[in-house]
Amino acid sequence: MKARQQRMIFIGLVVAGMAVSAGFAYRAFNENLLYYFSPTQVAEGDAPLERRFRLGGLVVDGSVKRASGSLTVDFVVTDNYHSIPVQHTGVLPDLFTEGQGVVTHGTMNADGLFVADEVLAKHDENYMAPEVAESLEEGARRAAEAE
Amino acid sequence: MIPELGQFALILACCLAICQAALPLAGAQTGRRDWMVMARSAATGQFVFVVIAYAVLTHAFVTDDFSVRFVALHSNSDLPLGYKIAAVWGGHEGSLLLWSLMLALWTLAVAAAGRSQPLEFASRVLGVLGIVSAGVLLFTLLTSNPFDRLLPPVIDGNDLNPLLQDPAMVAHPPLLYVGYVGMAVPFAFAVAALLTGKLDRNWARWTRPWTVGAWIFLTVGIALGSWWAYYELGWGGWWFWDPVENASFMPWLMGTALIHSLAVTERRGIFKSWTVLLAIAAFTLSLLGTFLVRSGVLISVHSFASDPERGLFILLLLLLISGGSLVLYAFRAHNFEAEGGFRLVSRESFLLANNILLVVACGLILFGTLYPLFHDAMGAGNLSVGEPFFNVVFLVPMLPLAFLLGLGMHAAWQKMNPKTLIGRLRWLGIAALLVAVVFPLIAYGSTGVMTIVGITAGVWVTLSSLIEPVSRWLDSRAVRLTRAQWGMFIAHLGVGLFIIGASVTSAFTIETDRAVRIGETWEVAGFDIEFRGLRQVEGPNFVADEGEFELRRDGEFIATLRPQKRIYRVRTEPMTEAAIDGRMARDVFVALGEPLGDGAWSIRAQYKPMIRFIWFGCVIMALGGLLAATDRRYREPVRERAEAKSRVGKPAEQGGH
Repeated sequence: MKARQQRMIFIGLVVAGMAVSAGFAYRAFNENLLYYFSPTQVAEGDAPLERRFRLGGLVVDGSVKRASGSLTVDFVVTDNYHSIPVQHTGVLPDLFTEGQGVVTHGTMNADGLFVADEVLAKHDENYMAPEVAESLEEGARRAAEAE
Repeated sequence: MIPELGQFALILACCLAICQAALPLAGAQTGRRDWMVMARSAATGQFVFVVIAYAVLTHAFVTDDFSVRFVALHSNSDLPLGYKIAAVWGGHEGSLLLWSLMLALWTLAVAAAGRSQPLEFASRVLGVLGIVSAGVLLFTLLTSNPFDRLLPPVIDGNDLNPLLQDPAMVAHPPLLYVGYVGMAVPFAFAVAALLTGKLDRNWARWTRPWTVGAWIFLTVGIALGSWWAYYELGWGGWWFWDPVENASFMPWLMGTALIHSLAVTERRGIFKSWTVLLAIAAFTLSLLGTFLVRSGVLISVHSFASDPERGLFILLLLLLISGGSLVLYAFRAHNFEAEGGFRLVSRESFLLANNILLVVACGLILFGTLYPLFHDAMGAGNLSVGEPFFNVVFLVPMLPLAFLLGLGMHAAWQKMNPKTLIGRLRWLGIAALLVAVVFPLIAYGSTGVMTIVGITAGVWVTLSSLIEPVSRWLDSRAVRLTRAQWGMFIAHLGVGLFIIGASVTSAFTIETDRAVRIGETWEVAGFDIEFRGLRQVEGPNFVADEGEFELRRDGEFIATLRPQKRIYRVRTEPMTEAAIDGRMARDVFVALGEPLGDGAWSIRAQYKPMIRFIWFGCVIMALGGLLAATDRRYREPVRERAEAKSRVGKPAEQGGH
């Protein structure tokens, strides 16, 4: 083979490889986009029912309940306008407390319960996930409008 | 008074950095020798004043000077002394100062080594480093001054973030910073070559050990961060693909590509403009890593908007440093001529494939990291890109890379008969596949397609790294390996061990969350764990519930594990300290969750087979880098290495890459 032909083969292989990885990447990308929704958006039916998404807000005071000795915990997440019940089974993060911001990943079930497989609490006391802060502002505005 | 001295020293350092940037570059352009020689003294002076500023800030921490805002925010009088010293880099302002200190150190070393290089070139290198340094020092002084006073002063400080109060976390940022900042050196060499318009193999020989040096620190720094996340965050994972991790990983990927591209440039005088481009990209990503992470922009574009001054400065700095060098590249890169060609089956091709795959992986990770930012900035709503995306876009290019790596290490420069190459390695490939099929079934009793592929890749890389050193060792007449060749084989051995560890851990980890009462025993992966008791312990600045767990296997005692749930007094934040019984073959990890009522606690217990191979592999990689960077040819004075040419093409005696 001449050097020129070899170069063409090499370039061909590279292009084919790139195309395959681009295909994989595109699929993985579409499947793993996690959109964020506030409790109000969920209550108004904006959130998808079949897809995993992220739900954030404040943990309502006094809403954290668990069956004694069980790992399953129930709590309510609110943006001060609408509230969504959430259920999670597992160890909660260190900084999870009532009245604080939280972001959860999971899916809605048919009864309107958000089943979270992941619960994330803030990193430190000054920090609130910005999307949660935004939901709270929006929720407060909507609540004021409704009055 | 003393903190003001620190600020004064920082201003002087900044002035000297501007001198170090302007004079030698102007001198090299106009041929004025007296201006060019200023570079070294300016660099030395800058180093002295940055050290003074750093020492002053450390002094403020050690003496609990809470009238300094930065100290008040990140320290507390109860904090142990070691953490007070480390708290200097516990926040944005201080870590920028550390960045400058590291840069000054690298600059000093480059200046010392530059004596054997042509004056014009050495001055330009120092000049470019001066520009970077001046930019960062200005950024520190104008937007993030660590010496700002807090009036009125507070009685006691806000304490260091509990997550950072840990030995590994003390060492992690400085190591990472040495690596980030070290990438400024190949960048400066690249820009100096663009300015000079000349890039020969000597250039690559000067640049290579610095690049490998920076890469070693990045490797160790990232590995340490991963280890820290594993035991400190209390989840037991070792890599999460979160933006902060990605920010440190992307310069590493680019740096790895750069090292391999430099090998080709040094050896064969080709890939020149590509190498320069990689050097620019690696440093750009390092800058992005430092600034975006520390200023919080990666977490959200909103923090960018809340502090527009910092954000604007970062953009300007990136534009100046990366944009400027790219413009220079566009005008000058065509001057670099390739000194030869190569055939399809040759080491050059394998290294080119390495480069393409690493850059593709890096580009996709960059896309996934920045996409949510752009999406949000466009007002299109908030989203995040999930972990599986990163796993796919990383594995798709990396698996072929692992298989090519084994071949590439044994390929000759310029051209090689593919039959010879395959003939030498065929049995290794078959052996790797056999191990991958049999080992998981025997050791863990199950298997899967990805497990087999992963372990095959790992064993293949491991074996093909070992075969050459071992066969030379067995044959007493064989030519001994050079230190650089040892470095190459050992670094790749580390890659192999890493892949084995990562594959086995991801396939056979057992994670359990469980409600457990005192006195109860439960079983995880064949281990019996007994919850024996709970007591209160007190640390210097925290109180903790400490659980006592006994680990047994077949009734035989193995270890007592004491995980803690700490509450730090000042910040009143809880922190989970996991307890781990770590062996080379497996870790057993126990962490306390929370009381569930009824005397039960939620307990996370995990069995992690071969997870230590991941970090051990990284250490071996770094060790290989160390050997390669200290090869004799980098310690010799400059001279044309004519004899190197005559050896080209003979695989048995090739210089390492």
